[in-house]
Formats: sequence, C-alpha cells, structure tokens
Amino acid sequence: MTAVEMTLAQAPSIDLPAQPRKRARHLRSLLLGLVLPVGLGAAWELAVHLGWSDGRLVPPPSVIFATLWELARTGELWTHTQATVLRVAAGFAVGVVSGTLVGAIAGYSSLSRRVLDPTLQALRAIPSIAWVPLFILWFGIFEASKVALIAVGVFFPVYLGVMGAILSVDRKIVEVGRAFRLSGPALVRRILLPAVLPSYIVSLRSGLGLGWMFVVAAELLGASEGLGYLLMDGQQLGKPAQIVAAIVAFAVIGKTTDWLIEIAAAPLLRWQDAYGQQAGEA
Amino acid sequence: MLRLDQVGKTYPNGVNALERFSASIKPGEIVAVIGGSGCGKSTLLRAIAGLDRASRGTITLDGDVITAPHPKIGIIFQEPRLLPWLSVADNVAFGLDGLSKQERTARVTQALSRVGLADKAGVWPRELSGGQAQRVAIARALVPRPEVLLLDEPFSALDAFTRRDLQDHLLDLWADSRPTLILVTHDVDEAVVLADRIVVMRPRPGRLFEEIPVFLSRPRDRASALFEDLKRRVLTSLDQSLDRAVPDRQDQALTGEAMWW
Ligand SMILES: Nc1ncnc2c1ncn2[C@@H]1O[C@H](COP(=O)(O)OP(=O)(O)OP(=O)(O)O)[C@@H](O)[C@H]1O
Ligand SMILES: [Mg+2]
Repeated sequence: MTAVEMTLAQAPSIDLPAQPRKRARHLRSLLLGLVLPVGLGAAWELAVHLGWSDGRLVPPPSVIFATLWELARTGELWTHTQATVLRVAAGFAVGVVSGTLVGAIAGYSSLSRRVLDPTLQALRAIPSIAWVPLFILWFGIFEASKVALIAVGVFFPVYLGVMGAILSVDRKIVEVGRAFRLSGPALVRRILLPAVLPSYIVSLRSGLGLGWMFVVAAELLGASEGLGYLLMDGQQLGKPAQIVAAIVAFAVIGKTTDWLIEIAAAPLLRWQDAYGQQAGEA
Repeated sequence: MLRLDQVGKTYPNGVNALERFSASIKPGEIVAVIGGSGCGKSTLLRAIAGLDRASRGTITLDGDVITAPHPKIGIIFQEPRLLPWLSVADNVAFGLDGLSKQERTARVTQALSRVGLADKAGVWPRELSGGQAQRVAIARALVPRPEVLLLDEPFSALDAFTRRDLQDHLLDLWADSRPTLILVTHDVDEAVVLADRIVVMRPRPGRLFEEIPVFLSRPRDRASALFEDLKRRVLTSLDQSLDRAVPDRQDQALTGEAMWW
C-alpha cells in the first residue's frame, strides 16, 4: 500500500470487447480534429501555388517545412530548442519545488495559511511580466532572470493546486487513517498524498503551460539563443517562415512535455472515476 | 470489559451532546444504541473509538483509558469510506501492520471470502455496489481482529433487502470470534434482531433513557410474537424518550419495519 504497491495493484477488470471500439472512436475523433488545420493548410498551399497570393507574409506550409528542415539541418533548431527547454526545465523545477512546499505548508497548517496566503494572492495579482525589469536588476540579463520569471509563472498554479487539494481532502477518509492509528507521516504518505495526487497532476500541467508562456516572454525580451530568439530574429530580418517554424516547434515541444506528464501520471491515477474517458466516449 | 463512567461531551460550540453516560459492556455482548436524532449516539461512539475525546468521565477497555484510537477497537461508519486509490484487497489490508506479506494476504483472502467477495479482490472500490462496499468495510474492520467493534448506522444507506442480508451476515461474522459489538441504529427491527441489550437514549442533553434486555434465542425469527412484543416495547420506550404521547397498539403496528427520524 505504499505508492509503489499502489501502482502494482492488480489492474481492475477491464471490459475487453469495448477496447477496440473505443480505440476506433478515438482515432475517428482525432481525424475529425485534423480536418480543419490540414484543409486550411492545403487550401493556402494551393492558393499560393496558383499565384493568387505571393505568400510572403503568410508562408504556405511547404515553405514553413522547408524552413524547419533547413534549421534542423544546420543544427540551429537543436541549439535553440535545447536552450529553451533547459530554461523551462530549470524554471519548472524551481517553481514546482517551491510551489509544492509552500502549498503543502499553507494547506496543512491554517496558521501559516493565514500568514502566507494573503501576501501570495496579492503577488499573484501582479502581471508576471512586470517582474522582468526587477529580475534583470537582481539577477542580470542572462539565464538567472529568465529562469526566475519562468519559476514565478510555474509557482502560482502549483501553490494554489497543492493548497486547494490538501484543503479539499475528504475529512471522512482522513478519519479512517486516524481510526487505524496511522502516525502523522504515515497519514501523509498513505492518505493525503494519494488523495491530492489527481489535482497535483492537473496543477503541474497548468504550471508547465505557464512555464512555456513565460519562456517566450523572457526570450523575446532579450536572448541570444532559444526558440523565442528565433521569433525575434525572424521579425527583425523579415522572415515570417522562421517565425511560424519557431511557433510550430513551441507547439510540438509544449504538447510533448504536457503529454509526458500525462503518461507518467496515468498509472498512478488508474483508480479514478474516469470522467474524462466517459466524456470522451459520449 | 468496556466501561463508560459518567461520560459527557460538550462540543466547542457549547452544545451539550452527551451527559453522564455510564455503562458496562461485557466481552462478546451485542449492544444496540437507539434514540432520536441528535441525542448523542454518534458522539458516544466516536468517544469510544477515541476519535473525539470525552469532555467528562472516563472510558476504559480492560483497564486502558481510551483517549485516542485503540488497537483493540474497530469502527465501521455509515458510509463504507474505502480508499478509492487502493484495490479492494489493499483496502481490507489497510489496518494490518507488522505482519508478513504472506500472513497478510492469507488474512485478507479469508476475510474477503468470509464476506462473499473473494472474486472482487483486485477490483477498484468504485466498481462495487453500495452493499458490496459496506461488506468490504466490514471485512476491513474485522481483519485486525478487534475486541470491540463499533458500528454507526452501518446499514442505513442500504435498501431493506440488502440491510437484512447484512444483518444476518454480521451475526455470522460475529460468531467467528465474538467481539463486543456496539451498534448505533435507527431501525428498531435491526436492534431487536441483533442485540443482547438495547440502550434507548433521550436528547437535549443526550443521556441514557432506558436499557431493554433482549432474551430471545438466536437465530431470531423476525415474525414471531415475542419479536413483535419486543419491538413494541422499544417503540414505546422511544416515544417516551421523546416525550411523545404513546400511540395505541394499532398505530404502532403501522409504524412498520424501520423507524426513521
Ligand atoms: N462536531 C460537532 N460540533 C458541534 N456540535 C456537534 C458536533 N457533532 C454533533 N454535534 C451536536 O451534538 C448533538 C449530538 O449529535 P450526534 O451526532 O451525536 O447525534 P446522533 O444521535 O448521532 O444523531 P443522528 O441520529 O441524527 O445521527 C447534536 O445536537 C449535534 O448538533
Ligand atoms: Mg449519528
């Protein structure tokens, strides 16, 4: 019944015949979602091809992919992606650790919540970009200020998620732990942690989303490498294809990292009443 | 021996929920606690469970003063309260500590088959019906082999048939190791079927009103005249405890199987 045992718990019986049908439906809805973007892209490609537009400001898909390919071939794409991913990873790590700690403290003890929460809520109300000048003064114009900005963006959703999750843990279930005489740490490990896990994962995902948003802001404001720099560079040199290529790279990496969290969490959340699954089937 | 000596409870908001409640309960005895809503039944049970401390008086089990949950005392709540992230088997094993994995598995398997759910060991709690979930909760409470088992309206959320089923089942399980049972209920039928002694409580403040011994042999026939007599006695006592006029016999017969407040 530790976290490990939890994941090893025998898989609940699954309705086997329903599986292939579910997959087919899933595939169909995926294809349905692709109709609009692929259709628009193809139409635009055709329009440029037929000379209806020169496609200079809005490059057609073929040009975008060519640009991406070129960037990848020269290794530039890799350097810039690496710089951006490292910044997000560092900021995300700092934001998650601090958000989790402070959120857990505020959720666990009502005294520290009353001390901490008003200040943090006030800070949260500040548009985070407003921190940039101050962070540059404090941390310099290089990596540290960018990482700090990303960390601030990640901190708040994680803090709120953890605190809210702890506050909303079912008192009745905690009482079961008490009735079986769990010690404080055992109560945390065997009851509180699994109970807050679902909303924690959600807050990690929204924190990561904000992390990606803030890395763009940080890099637009001055960087010599990174996908945000590619955006800036594309604007200054009048290369819209490079801008769109960078946007595509952002989208792909952002989606991939979100998906990684989802995949990593899935085995821990198998027990949940799968509302999302049912909604997806409907 | 479980002893309650002048137990009283005043909640922080000033509600005097329980006043001077004394009782001695022998090992293996089945006591049903019955009474109107808000007369302190849950308060009493939670104090014995060590979940809330009594404000006055003492509760002792074999000489141990109860101030916190005690290893020999188990509790079953009105809702199953299974942990949704543990399989049924892991839920049953939840209260088993310091046992080898083998021993643990053996006990869980036995407990689950004892409540007729051997085939549900690997299932998630959300896949159980209400009655099945409550049976898992019973297995979970019994598997550490408590000497005293407290039950707070354990079957009140179930339909009449399932409730009857589980009442018989509880007696069956009780016969295995004969723990002391203290059962809070709103159901007069349930009290008379299960209990050796029925404690009627009265409200504001909650205190003992009357104790009615049940000298019926087991298994008890719910349709027998003696059973009906006892039920009527309990109902009369309940009405008196609430300062209600005692209805005549005809009305009592219409009160039916379960009395709800
Ligand atoms: N946590 C609490 N804080 C303050 N007052 C409480 C608390 N729990 C119960 N009370 C009050 O104490 C009194 C007895 O409550 P208790 O829950 O013991 O009644 P009960 O006999 O179990 O009622 P029911 O049959 O409706 O479950 C009630 O007046 C109730 O309002
Ligand atoms: Mg109650």
